[in-house]
Amino acid sequence: MTNNSSLIQVENLHISLEDSTELVKGIDFAMGRERVALVGESGSGKSLTARSLMGLLPASLHVQANRFELLGEAVLAYSQRQWLQLRGKQVSMVLQDPKYALNPSQNIGRQVEEPLVLHQSLAKKTRVEKVEHMLDAVGLPNPAKLRKLYPHQLSGGMGQRVMLAIALINDPQFLIADEPTSALDHAVRDQVLELIASLVEERNMGLLLISHDLQQVADYCERVLVMYQGQLIDQLPASQLSNATHPYTQTLWSCRPNIDKRGQTLPVLDRGALATLTEGAAK
Amino acid sequence: MSVLELKDVSISHVQGLEKNTVVHDVNVSIKAGECFGLVGPSGCGKSTLLWVLAGLNPHWSGGIRLLDQPLTPGKVFSGELRRRVQMVFQDPYASLHPKHRLRRALSEPLKLLGYQDIDDRLSEGFKLVGLSENMIDRYPHQLSGGQRQRVAIIRALLLEPKLLLLDEPTSALDMSVQAEILNLLNELKAKRDLTMIMVSHDPEVVDYMCDHAVTMKAGRIDKETFYD
Repeated sequence: MTNNSSLIQVENLHISLEDSTELVKGIDFAMGRERVALVGESGSGKSLTARSLMGLLPASLHVQANRFELLGEAVLAYSQRQWLQLRGKQVSMVLQDPKYALNPSQNIGRQVEEPLVLHQSLAKKTRVEKVEHMLDAVGLPNPAKLRKLYPHQLSGGMGQRVMLAIALINDPQFLIADEPTSALDHAVRDQVLELIASLVEERNMGLLLISHDLQQVADYCERVLVMYQGQLIDQLPASQLSNATHPYTQTLWSCRPNIDKRGQTLPVLDRGALATLTEGAAK
Repeated sequence: MSVLELKDVSISHVQGLEKNTVVHDVNVSIKAGECFGLVGPSGCGKSTLLWVLAGLNPHWSGGIRLLDQPLTPGKVFSGELRRRVQMVFQDPYASLHPKHRLRRALSEPLKLLGYQDIDDRLSEGFKLVGLSENMIDRYPHQLSGGQRQRVAIIRALLLEPKLLLLDEPTSALDMSVQAEILNLLNELKAKRDLTMIMVSHDPEVVDYMCDHAVTMKAGRIDKETFYD
């Protein structure tokens, strides 16, 4: 499947510590211009996988793969300089908590403008126009005034919209969203996910959405990858989630509480059985 | 019998000479053995209300009757009340001392109260929440998020509270771990005859857990719900 539409091709990806403890144990996946959710518990290696796609892993981790292609380029051997060309232009990332990811000492306009300054040479007036247009596109009111505000003056939901504006201002082909809604209020979560999904569709981009809440992301993605302890244990179309066959996927799908489950025990993971199951799969 | 009664309670945050009233005229009565939910968006005053009930903010007015004792505004809790009301915080890592082993952190209040059988009580507590006993001598960073939240629940239960306050106990946890903690809380409620007040921004969690809930909006009660 080597056509131009495939954005990511990963085969047998291993990420390990210096003492050769494996954190990601040989996973394969490919995706094109589609919306894919990467789901798993904390410590399952989902963020590591996403960060390796951005070349953002710390130097103490070793990445090995038979094939590791981003937009048709073998990026595993990329130098820092080559990564800098790519990041923020072709691929970009939205992080979990806008409180920590935005620079507290710079105003919003300057932070949204930064990718433009780094990757394109535009006149200041054009940049300002683009920034205001982008802030408007992510649903923020009064962009001209907002440009001069600082991150602490925004709510969490607004901050996450600003992060999205920074990520999308260069029209990248691929967006990684690493738990973009975990730090937000319940009511705001759906709004932000809705916004991400619709912007990605409008611009015909690829989206890798990382989350631990399967039910929430299922509505916004076409395909779901499930990770557990460094292995990719299940892949299926989002529409098939309610009849998933893998026990781990089943539990993740049904563990969310709601009013119909009152008085019942919520399904939890049988970690012992899972351990034998994943060992069997590894062999 | 009601465990807690609030009459026209207003709560302020005092900063220097300024007083900012964030909760207005709350009237609520909570029965024994109930799981009571407080829902609302961030900034609506639900945690502020909980902090007053834990005795952490004396700047309130109105009338509060807690476990058959009337409270006085501006005064901290005293005597029995301190033990009978316990709280579990949102971030389990921030609520355990990072440089103390669990045994030391958990036995501190018990020593203060002069208990003799501290080790027995600790191992009983670990069994109760489904942790293995050999974790007692670990440091908090050696546990996962879900395990730490279980330890925070033990800490609160060791003092045999009548009222357990839960401030977003699962919002820092994974969805699958949240299910484990909610199951545990339901089990404890059945076993120990506890009254729980749970703050959450997730209406589904409250729908699942609570017998009685209020939705707050801009510091006032917007809607009161009784589940069957």
